[in-house]
Amino acid sequence: MRIRANLLIGGVLFTTVVVTGLLAPWLAHTDPVMDANLMYAEEPPGTEFWFGTDAQGRDIYSRVLYGARVSLTVGIVSQLINTVIGVCLGLSAGYWGGWWDDVVNGLTNMMLAIPSLIFALAIMAILSPGLTSLLIALGLTNWSFTCRLARASALSLKSQGYVQAAKVLGYSDIRIMLTQLLPNMLGPIIVIGTLGMGGAVLAEAALSFLGLGIRPPFPSWGSMLSDARDQITTAPWISIFPGLAIFITVLGLNLLGDGLRDILDPHSRTRRA
Amino acid sequence: MSGNPLLEVENLRIDLTVGDTRFPAVQDISFTIERGETFGLVGESGCGKSITSLALIGLLRHPLSIGGGKIRFDGREIQNLSPGEMRKLRGNRISMIFQEPMTALNPLSPIGRQIAEMFVLHKGASWREAERMSVEALASVRVPAPERRIKDYPHQLSGGMRQRVMIAIALACEPDLLLADEPTTALDVTVQAEILELIRDLSAARGTAVLMISHDLGLIANMCRRVGVMYAGRLVEERYADEIFQNPSHPYTSGLVASLPLLGARLKHGRQRLKEIAGVVPPVAAFPAGCRFNPRCYAATDICRGQDPGVTPLANGGLVRCHHHE
Amino acid sequence: MLTFIVRRLLQTLPIIFAVAALIFVLFSVIPGTFASSMSEDGRSVLDPEIMARMNKEFGYDDPVYVRFGKYIRQLASFDLGTSFRTRQPVISVIADRLWPTAQLAFASMVFAIVIGVPLGFIAALRSDSWVDMVSMVTAVSGLSLPKFWLGLMLMYLFALVLGWLPSFGYGDGSFRYLILPAVALGVAPMALLARTTRAAVLDIMNADFVRTARAKGMSERRVVQWHLTRNALVIVLTTIGLQFGTVIGQAVVVEKLFSWPGLGSLLVDSVTLRDIPVVQGSILVIVLLFLLINTLVDVLCAVIDPRIKYS
Repeated sequence: MRIRANLLIGGVLFTTVVVTGLLAPWLAHTDPVMDANLMYAEEPPGTEFWFGTDAQGRDIYSRVLYGARVSLTVGIVSQLINTVIGVCLGLSAGYWGGWWDDVVNGLTNMMLAIPSLIFALAIMAILSPGLTSLLIALGLTNWSFTCRLARASALSLKSQGYVQAAKVLGYSDIRIMLTQLLPNMLGPIIVIGTLGMGGAVLAEAALSFLGLGIRPPFPSWGSMLSDARDQITTAPWISIFPGLAIFITVLGLNLLGDGLRDILDPHSRTRRA
Repeated sequence: MSGNPLLEVENLRIDLTVGDTRFPAVQDISFTIERGETFGLVGESGCGKSITSLALIGLLRHPLSIGGGKIRFDGREIQNLSPGEMRKLRGNRISMIFQEPMTALNPLSPIGRQIAEMFVLHKGASWREAERMSVEALASVRVPAPERRIKDYPHQLSGGMRQRVMIAIALACEPDLLLADEPTTALDVTVQAEILELIRDLSAARGTAVLMISHDLGLIANMCRRVGVMYAGRLVEERYADEIFQNPSHPYTSGLVASLPLLGARLKHGRQRLKEIAGVVPPVAAFPAGCRFNPRCYAATDICRGQDPGVTPLANGGLVRCHHHE
Repeated sequence: MLTFIVRRLLQTLPIIFAVAALIFVLFSVIPGTFASSMSEDGRSVLDPEIMARMNKEFGYDDPVYVRFGKYIRQLASFDLGTSFRTRQPVISVIADRLWPTAQLAFASMVFAIVIGVPLGFIAALRSDSWVDMVSMVTAVSGLSLPKFWLGLMLMYLFALVLGWLPSFGYGDGSFRYLILPAVALGVAPMALLARTTRAAVLDIMNADFVRTARAKGMSERRVVQWHLTRNALVIVLTTIGLQFGTVIGQAVVVEKLFSWPGLGSLLVDSVTLRDIPVVQGSILVIVLLFLLINTLVDVLCAVIDPRIKYS
């Protein structure tokens, strides 16, 4: 019962955000960047401006809709990069072992020692702010969990009969890894990927909030919040709605990840709660 | 010895609750254990032996619960005792050894302390006294250098040693009844014999009755005076051990006896166990109508498929539950 | 035990070296020089002569391997270089910021532990009840909240609307100033700890040795006290150690929001100002702190769990 509740609520929330992002041009009332009008600055939420307006008089509702695009792009793409890196390194290290395993292990330990937000921040420091830099910074800094998991699975799977059989049949290493090992570890990897996506959305928001990610006036939920602190007394709605949007997106992804774990990876309760 | 038997189980039923439905996982179980007697319960895995023993010591947990019947221990009904009352019996007068010595001990406590807990709990000993007593307890299960060993942690001991510690814990308070649930299944063959000998010697010396549970009829026949054969949540035959070997009544028992020469191979390869009896124990929710053994039985006829066989008394106090008993 | 501690400390050395090398590569090889990065930034236009002089002053004329050797030698003598902006030794710039960050990280972890661990414990002991439901919904929500937004909302409610607490700043360093940032930072680890604790306790509750404890005739309370708690503690402690890292990392955002004069806001400011030596130094110190805490946690775990020393 609980399993289905997780999956259902998470799925609904996430789908809503995806649909919102895709349909943003049709759902939005105004252009998110251009339609600034100081005549309407800091209007409270009402019938005309559903979520109110910001200090430049832009419609927050429309900006929140477009912000979904940034968050989802960053979340999905950067997590895909992480997953590919983690799986390639972990799978090959676990399967081949030897010096390559030592190298990958060392790399993973190093990655685990640097808090990922700090690492992403360091990369953003040497790249110019923007979407591509964000994808690189977040895509390179959060693969260690996937890597560990892939390595552990490869280690335990490679001694299994069917993998040995494939070896005897003369399959190449790459083919064995892709056709025999990978499908059998996909469940937990999808779970970690889904949860990591939520983390990436949060990290994007944090970096943009610090002014190191998406730069204003381009609408990202994080950047919308970055100067909201100064207006929080006069116009709290500027802060409330973008934050809620982040919360709903990440909550959806986390619930989805939990629900998927209950189905795909039922024995891992303590591995990564 | 006093008049009433040590343990009387009467029409015990254990329910498995799934959602709102209750399935009888164990049904109509009745047997008696006399003081100092060793009684065996035998059957394939999944037939309800273990949960029967857990019911006796009051350790059934959701989704399992006692659904009916009586358990009389030393003349007193214990199936409805309060948790506090039950705790006074548990470990003290009824104790239990489990199958997995690797995981049955707390990995973070020295074994001496885990034995000492018994004396603190039931004998009101101080920790200092209890520690001294635990050295003796460890010596009694033939662990060498017990005064050093009590400081060891479970992971430093072999499986056989751990099972000895479990026995020391179980017998610490000199209980009247010891429940031994597959105590040697997880151990090496050579260690098995030593552990069984230990259980036999200690229970004989202290007059402890033993309920020995195993899927291994050979082991049961060696250890026990009387044997109950369980199948799909029911007791299908109960006899003296030597009789059951020479002259099994129930077709299931015959199958078990016939499978005995494969003993060595079976222990290593669980799947080949009971090769002679085709099929597997049905799951609780799918017990067949009529006699529960009928789908696997060579002697099954229409009456077996339609009608549940009752209990038929045999000579010498034996019982069998079969339409066509031999 | 002592050999274990020494071995554990030695294991961190290669990691520290690797991190130092990584930071060096990130900042010294890829993006050109300090001076050019300064002019790229568009903040100031420097004439080539000054640029050359500054490059020389900061040693950017040497080949990479010479600079790396020098960098490592400096690190070995706890010299983190000189700030581009303030011309002060980086180590003293960082030293000033260490205490506020330590305060904040510590306070938020205390908050997380004091609420999260009992919450997870109760949820596990009452699993599948409404208590369990509510605490797990709270936990997953806590994990999904953006910290700076949570901070912003706390600030709005408790400082601006209710006026109970100061809205931001370090003030005189008193406890009142610490509460809001610590809570904003502590909610996520609190949620994670609640979930980990619950999972650990549930796992152990079904363990064979807990059944043994019950078979001994122990009361539920004693089973929990003697057998469950210590076994769950190992997993909880490990999570706490790992969470410290996340907390120090995430402190960046919270410190910036609350204008907290810690290591995190120093890092962000230095990144925006491209004060590379300070950025390098701050990251290195953060990693060192994280490794130190985790070594400490490992030692604690080894004290509790005798199996760890041997594996």
